[in-house]
Amino acid sequence: MSGTPLMIRASGLTKRYKTVEALRGLDLEVPEGKVLALLGPNGAGKTTAVRCLTTLLQPDEGSAEVAGVDVLADPVGVRAKIGLSGQYAAVDEHLTAYENLVMIGRLYHLGKPAAQQRARDLLDRFDLTEFADRPAKTYSGGQRRRLDLAGALVAQPPVIVLDEPTTGLDVRSRQQMWEVIRDLVSGGTTLLLTTQYLEEADRLADDIVVIDHGLAIARGTADELKARTGGERIEVVIADAEDRDAAIRVLSEVTLSDVRVGDNGRELTAAAGGSGASDLLRVLQGFERETVTVLDVGLRRPTLDDVFLALTGHAAEDADSDAADAAGDETEKELAR
Amino acid sequence: MSTTAQALSDGWVVAQRNLIKIKRVPEVLVFVLISPIMFVLLFAFVFGGAIEPPGAVGYREFLIAGIFAQTVVFGATFTGAGLAEDMQKGIIDRFRSLPMSRSAVLVGRTTSDVVYNVLSLIIMALTGLLVGWRIREGFLDAILGFALLLLFAYAISWVMAWVGLLVPSVEVINNASFIVIMPLTFVSNAFVPTERFDGVLRTFVEWNPVSTLTQSCRERFGNTGGQPAPDAWPMQNAELYTLGWVVLILLVFVPLAVRQYRLSTSK
Repeated sequence: MSGTPLMIRASGLTKRYKTVEALRGLDLEVPEGKVLALLGPNGAGKTTAVRCLTTLLQPDEGSAEVAGVDVLADPVGVRAKIGLSGQYAAVDEHLTAYENLVMIGRLYHLGKPAAQQRARDLLDRFDLTEFADRPAKTYSGGQRRRLDLAGALVAQPPVIVLDEPTTGLDVRSRQQMWEVIRDLVSGGTTLLLTTQYLEEADRLADDIVVIDHGLAIARGTADELKARTGGERIEVVIADAEDRDAAIRVLSEVTLSDVRVGDNGRELTAAAGGSGASDLLRVLQGFERETVTVLDVGLRRPTLDDVFLALTGHAAEDADSDAADAAGDETEKELAR
Repeated sequence: MSTTAQALSDGWVVAQRNLIKIKRVPEVLVFVLISPIMFVLLFAFVFGGAIEPPGAVGYREFLIAGIFAQTVVFGATFTGAGLAEDMQKGIIDRFRSLPMSRSAVLVGRTTSDVVYNVLSLIIMALTGLLVGWRIREGFLDAILGFALLLLFAYAISWVMAWVGLLVPSVEVINNASFIVIMPLTFVSNAFVPTERFDGVLRTFVEWNPVSTLTQSCRERFGNTGGQPAPDAWPMQNAELYTLGWVVLILLVFVPLAVRQYRLSTSK
């Protein structure tokens, strides 16, 4: 790599549970000040990878360094360099936001006065001052996640690791969280984040690694990935299944990818080429020419499912629940929009 | 900072976190402050007339040391349940991702339980004084009696810490400890004088560290009514025998609990 030093480097990470291989030789590199998104469905191994990199779990094989410190040789050294915010907000629900942050600061050995000052700064920055003196169990999901993220920043670590920071949040909280994270990385922090949302990776990350069954199946910038998987999706619902062949013909002429047909035979999806809107217009003109009656039509951003379909030829599937359990892994289900 | 100093200082931060709960979680308050009062009153008034201790001492005065012992031993359940609860929550990942001492979570939990026990003992002592308990030896003796109670409870805390990590379910801990601690505290001299037991039970009572703990406290508080300790060696050397158990338990269960903590958090 060029001049920028790597802040996270993992090679050949392997982790086996009784019956499942959660990681099968994963390589990752994050240069200083960059954001890497690890994108994949439930059970792909995202959380296992994060746990290996943050010393919560020992990989069976492979090596990893965070901020130049070896994860296996000096786990405590690594912990002093990272801030971790997990998928299940790791806050003490009986403590107030302020008490949570002061406790974390003291366990980073900042000293009590410095920990208190830092807690007040973070509460202010994360819009939590208003609730700072209420126990965390009274907080909304979004407030808890913000508090958890604040906890990861207490010691101003050079590397931040966020495991599915917005899974389970409503749209508004998710957008607030994105703002907070963008703010964070503009300050030069190196960030590794896992997500199931292509949109999230697109918005936040410099580079994306798509992971499936413990292996990286694609890597690149969001644009490179989109070039391979197509941009926006055109979705149409036709009135009569008999028009299907004509509709597919029109869609194929205009769009890039193969046309996907929904279960009932009347919902068709295809990836738009350069400009979604003009492609959509051409599709509609084609339908008029072929006299295909359309019930509903729209453009949507590609989802993880679309990426998987394009890369692997199959839809993103959750690993079986046992495997996910064994991996202590993602259990929340996510339906692709 | 040395590793031990680090463990103690990190442990104290975790202990303070646990102590905040007495203000926030009503069950903790009830467990630590209300149930000890209830125990003193129940036993004093229900059994008060039914059992006549040997020697020149009333039952209530005889009883209090036994209730102290029982309550602090039962208090250890709290250690196990608290740890089991922590292990189920995300907070344990937070702790593990911090550059803190590995044993701080355990040190913190057992330390905060000492503080809870101090509070319980103060409450029980005051309630005891109200129903007729008296300290008849010197102030220093009484302090030593309380110190032995706390020390023994601290040792049992580590046993329950290990159990709490082994079986990380609050319900199971509560039931399991009930099954062990009930016989241990009832088949002792805590509520019924040693002289009332026969045969195997009598031997068990005499060698039961809860009995020797109670006996030590009665002697330190001056609640024996002049009745000499039973002939068995542990009862004759009650403090030494109790301290022996404390050392033995700590030597076995501190390493076991620390090991179990590492195992259960590296899955």
